[in-house]
Amino acid sequence: MSQNNPDKDDQTSANKKTISLPISRVRLIMKSSPDVSSINQDALFLTTKATELFVQHLAVSSFNSGSGKESNSLSYSDLAHTAEEIETFHFLTDILPKKILAQDYLKSLEQMQEEDTDF
Amino acid sequence: MAERPEDLNLPNAVITRIIKEALPDGVNVSKEARRAISQAASVFVLYATSCANNFAMKAKRKTLNAGDVLAAMEEMEFERFLEPLREALEVYKKGQKGKKEVSEQKRKDKEKKNDSENDKSREEEEEEEEERMEEEPEAENEAEAEEEEVDN
Repeated sequence: MSQNNPDKDDQTSANKKTISLPISRVRLIMKSSPDVSSINQDALFLTTKATELFVQHLAVSSFNSGSGKESNSLSYSDLAHTAEEIETFHFLTDILPKKILAQDYLKSLEQMQEEDTDF
Repeated sequence: MAERPEDLNLPNAVITRIIKEALPDGVNVSKEARRAISQAASVFVLYATSCANNFAMKAKRKTLNAGDVLAAMEEMEFERFLEPLREALEVYKKGQKGKKEVSEQKRKDKEKKNDSENDKSREEEEEEEEERMEEEPEAENEAEAEEEEVDN
């Protein structure tokens, strides 16, 4: 970007383009982790950038594998499906639980209790 | 972990824009899906931080650095992010370093030009220079403020 024209103006606009999420907010989230004492500027920048890549990756993966391709839409169930099916997204299953009907849940609960009594 | 993850959400407008840019034109993303992606992003930050922190702790360092974050990405099996991350960091570092160097260089160039060049090109140069001067102090202060925060 700034190679051809190493102008100050070009560099600031290039910087703006590299990340769009607010670094300060990402820092706040990182700091909420109790064992983190300090984070250097590069690590902060990389985490922010990685989060953006992650958002893109999650959205694209869910859209491509989900049911929304025909209807041209991305829904919650596409995301929940991705969290369950794609291994790298497994850590999201807690925050993206599959929606199930209450009656199905009760059934599986019964089954689990039966299995427990078997032992 | 945060006690109330909803307090640590990323700005929805930015998240929505990133999603829109990643997907083909005209895809409708439900509000529920957007909220879920935003929450997933916060969890991603926490997960990455925890992984990176493990690497720092193993190396007996208290401060997370770029290497820790990259190692965390590998551990989380997001190797696909490594290359774009390295590239972005390069650009970012150049920008940080360039801010001061470039403005110094321009000042020198301007002095030279004032001595030797003809009037017309000098006027142009000065005009450009003024624009830059307006932006520079703000940009530098921002960077410095950020750095101070990080040290604490």
